[in-house]
Amino acid sequence: MTLDTGTTAWLLASAALVMLMVPGVGFFYGGLVRRKNFISMVALSFIVLALVSLQWVLFGYSLSFGGDVGGFIGNLDFLGLAGIGMEAGDAGYPPLLFVVYQGMFAAITMAIVTSGFAERVKLSAFIIFALLWTTLVYDPLAHWAWGGGWASALGSLDFAGGTVVHISSGFAALAVAMVIGKRSGFGQYSLEPHNIPMTLLGAALLWFGWFGFNAGSALAANGLAANAFLVTNTSAAAGALAWLAASWYRGKPSSLGMISGAIAGLVAITPAAGYVNVGASIVIGAIAGLICYGAMLFRLKKGLDESLDAWAVHGMGGLWGAFATGIFATIAINGYSGLLEGNVSQFFANAAGALAAVIYAFAVTLILAVLVDKTLGLRVSEDEEYVGLDISQHGERV
Amino acid sequence: MKMIKAIIRPERLDFVKKKLEDQGINGMTVMQVEGRGDQKGISLQYRGGAIQVDLIPKVQVEIVVRDSVTETVIQAIQEGAKTGKFGDGRIFILPVERSIKVRTGEEERDS
Repeated sequence: MTLDTGTTAWLLASAALVMLMVPGVGFFYGGLVRRKNFISMVALSFIVLALVSLQWVLFGYSLSFGGDVGGFIGNLDFLGLAGIGMEAGDAGYPPLLFVVYQGMFAAITMAIVTSGFAERVKLSAFIIFALLWTTLVYDPLAHWAWGGGWASALGSLDFAGGTVVHISSGFAALAVAMVIGKRSGFGQYSLEPHNIPMTLLGAALLWFGWFGFNAGSALAANGLAANAFLVTNTSAAAGALAWLAASWYRGKPSSLGMISGAIAGLVAITPAAGYVNVGASIVIGAIAGLICYGAMLFRLKKGLDESLDAWAVHGMGGLWGAFATGIFATIAINGYSGLLEGNVSQFFANAAGALAAVIYAFAVTLILAVLVDKTLGLRVSEDEEYVGLDISQHGERV
Repeated sequence: MKMIKAIIRPERLDFVKKKLEDQGINGMTVMQVEGRGDQKGISLQYRGGAIQVDLIPKVQVEIVVRDSVTETVIQAIQEGAKTGKFGDGRIFILPVERSIKVRTGEEERDS
């Protein structure tokens, strides 16, 4: 097949859109922490972007998309991107473009996990952890779903990474938070967000970038990409209004709640974007807003300091999205039927793929976090935490 | 009348407010300030040497009260602000010549 210029142009743009989501996460999280940790929070995302970008071209891509080894991981055929060229392959775009596009997904996934480290992580230990995590958690999960691993063989559908990106990062953040422990003062006095508009701006970058994330995952500039684009926006809108309404019922309708609902809607539509129609996306987004809001309340009630709610929004939103894909997939969009069209096995395949990812991501993250904590120490000292990570880790002030 | 000027940890402000409310003291002015005490800030140790964080963010609470309740207020602030570690702050007591309410022009007095 010759190179399709339309598709290639769209994928180039999509890769750039997803890149912007990585600092987007940083600014979203940065507004939510106290002022003394703002730089740290944004810096973690940029460090992840740099670190994972290198890991990806050296061996990460090969572990994810190399020849299948036991359904679990890719082999090392593409080490250092050996044999990956500029000539369009069967797909109509250069394989090198697929490498960079997928690399951005790996980066944003690790960036989401930083929620569990917020305001207390030691930078040196974080860098080691991030390298281990993206290699031992992200790369296998990407292989399971997209690289020819067992989940794709089972027929579990994950269009743009609801399981690979969101379930994995959300449940990893939960495991990290349990190992690293609560922030000093958590539950005793209020640890208020220092800059809500910054968080809203971060969310704007995420919402914008998500079009590259989901519509780009069609891997073509075609009708399927257009459908993914539309359902992505619709689900975000429904999620925003659902969370807004739920929090209004309990008190003030906060902008932060509204935008968290939008992210919840975006997360939940991610695995479904290429399989469901616009009607289903309204339901998926609205329910995502409510589920994630409930998960956040549950997290607070349990006194868990998974500080910036990656678990509630990405973990639980991703889980709902995986189930929703198995429920609402319609043959008219992409040739797959879900539960509503009588295809029970699709629902169970998706449930199996999602639950396996929950268990794998949580368990392996727990082991890695304990390992790094015992050897290097994940956490800064009490004094360093008190003066803030901006000064103690970076020697800078906002 | 006395002005009580307390420099405390920002995260203890809510506790101090609560203790003062318990004593019926509601009015106050709060300022974000930076400062240091005898330890000259906080020293962080690294393999490459030490970083001295010179000025630490604090809040300054100012309250004007009648002479008779001064000791109660000092005690309330101390109870609310104390963690037992370096950096808990200071309380200063200053004499106040007059205190006038802007809205009514009414002058508050000790007696």
